[in-house]
Amino acid sequence: MSERVYLRRKWLNRIMLGLCGIAAASAIIMLALILGYTLARGIGAMNINFLISAAKPVGEVGGGMRNEIFGTFILVILGSVLAIPVGLMAGIFVSEFANPKVATAVRFAADILAGIPSIVVGVFAYAIVVQPMHSYSAISAGVALAIIMVPIVARTAEESLRLVPNSMREAALALGITRWRAVVGVIIPGALTGIMTGIMLAVARIAGETAPLIFTALGSQFGVQGLLKPIGALPLQIYHYALSPYRDQQQQAWAGAFLLILLVLGISILVRWISNRKHI
Amino acid sequence: MRLINDNGPEAKSLMKARSWRYNPSTHFADKIFSNSTLIFAMIIVGILLSLVIVLAINAMPAINKFGFSFIGNSSWDAVRSVFGALPAIFGTLLSSAIGLLIAVPLSLGAAIFLVELAPLWLRGPASFVIEMLAAIPSVIIGLWGLFVLVPFVRKPIESWFGSKLGFLPLFQGPPFGVGFLAAGIILAIMVLPIITAMSRDAMRAVPDQQREAMLALGSTRWEMIRQSVLPNCRSGLVGAVILGLGRALGETMAVTMVIGNSYTISSSLFSPGSTIASKIANEFSEASSGVFVGSLMELALILFGITLVVNVIARVLLWRMTAVKGTME
Repeated sequence: MSERVYLRRKWLNRIMLGLCGIAAASAIIMLALILGYTLARGIGAMNINFLISAAKPVGEVGGGMRNEIFGTFILVILGSVLAIPVGLMAGIFVSEFANPKVATAVRFAADILAGIPSIVVGVFAYAIVVQPMHSYSAISAGVALAIIMVPIVARTAEESLRLVPNSMREAALALGITRWRAVVGVIIPGALTGIMTGIMLAVARIAGETAPLIFTALGSQFGVQGLLKPIGALPLQIYHYALSPYRDQQQQAWAGAFLLILLVLGISILVRWISNRKHI
Repeated sequence: MRLINDNGPEAKSLMKARSWRYNPSTHFADKIFSNSTLIFAMIIVGILLSLVIVLAINAMPAINKFGFSFIGNSSWDAVRSVFGALPAIFGTLLSSAIGLLIAVPLSLGAAIFLVELAPLWLRGPASFVIEMLAAIPSVIIGLWGLFVLVPFVRKPIESWFGSKLGFLPLFQGPPFGVGFLAAGIILAIMVLPIITAMSRDAMRAVPDQQREAMLALGSTRWEMIRQSVLPNCRSGLVGAVILGLGRALGETMAVTMVIGNSYTISSSLFSPGSTIASKIANEFSEASSGVFVGSLMELALILFGITLVVNVIARVLLWRMTAVKGTME
């Protein structure tokens, strides 16, 4: 009798643990499939023309995404310029100055903002920037990307500032400097690695965002014409070309995906490397 | 020697005396600095509030015209200017449900593997690989879905289920490839890393004594996991799943590319459909009339409302878990 119970428990153990292993393996294999396939098809479609020439009209073979790559670069900078001050200062406020209740409220607001679907943020940016200006524009896309970026920067900045030991704050004050000098001169440098990794993660996130760009940046056939005009972006062009019936454009979508993956995963791996190095 | 309890009144007053939070500086420059950080922090709260207000104001033409019937109506007719949200809401819920149904067992299994079973040298790299999956932009997952997953769903999966189980309404209709099933699988791939990472953190927070006690009683490893690890981090696991749900509900690009974008309600998983997010993504730049734009704004407002509720629940659960962990340490 007890023999059978033991046997059953033993086998249940093996089966369940085996299933867990299979689950982990299939998750990893899934990633390998997606990554491997995209990289393989992307590198096949990649050529120098893709990087240095502008998009050709529909039906013509050739052309590239030079303007869209440049556009993504501009949009990321726009978003960062708008979001980093807000996120960093909010992080400083929550970590250094806020009383616990207000800190919890701001933290909660940031978490909720981070969970809002990016398409809703795009609709919001359309309503507050595109509608009043009567034009799709780079700046409206920058606003949308900044709204996505702010909570990430704020939360990571706050968390890394809190890791700075209190003795540093006390030591700084003991030198007789004011608190804002202590924050800027002592505490922020102490948390700089964490703050930078947060910013880089946020950049990686917004560089691949597509949904909020559809009706803010819109895309442009004429390259980059300034911040008040529509602008192309790499993920947006991948989306348009992926749905195109022309094989040449589909190929370019794969090449674009290859470039975007390199960019995004490159940043993520760099971040991982930096934050691992800190622990050693 | 008597230890000061971390949460006791003595520790609190000690912390208050030492923290500059409670002793604001009277220095002029300090006041300017701390107040300007306050202003920037309020921008975050302000964005959140203005999001609701702006969407509501812009949705007014549709709200005034349709009222509550907007939610129950299933037509989307730009010519007659009659709009309803029902198929989009249905598609959003159905595709997310399929996604979670696939993703939850896989990610819980993967998390258990990462925390309890994997050899130490494997844990770091395996976690890293799964987190990389979360970093891939959704448009790329969509591209992969469109060219690799959709044909695969059409040929072996849908034709097999259609021929074997075609008598069930779930598996009826022609195998298009694009549709709710493909969208659900894509969503599963996209929320898997999030749920895995969050539930891995939750399981890691369970103190080792719990495990050792269970093993000392003679349990097998699975019994240890089942009876001491999982119950101890239940709210964290539920929080992780709900957070994944929030992500799935609002996911746009990948879903738009594989769901087929027809505005229908169907009992078949093979049927093409729409989600709220895909409807907005597809129609927004074509919207001309005030009521049309208003209807899309109202869709955005509904999506915002759903994800808000879901995210608040997830955050509260996850925070409660860290609070419990804090008192145990």
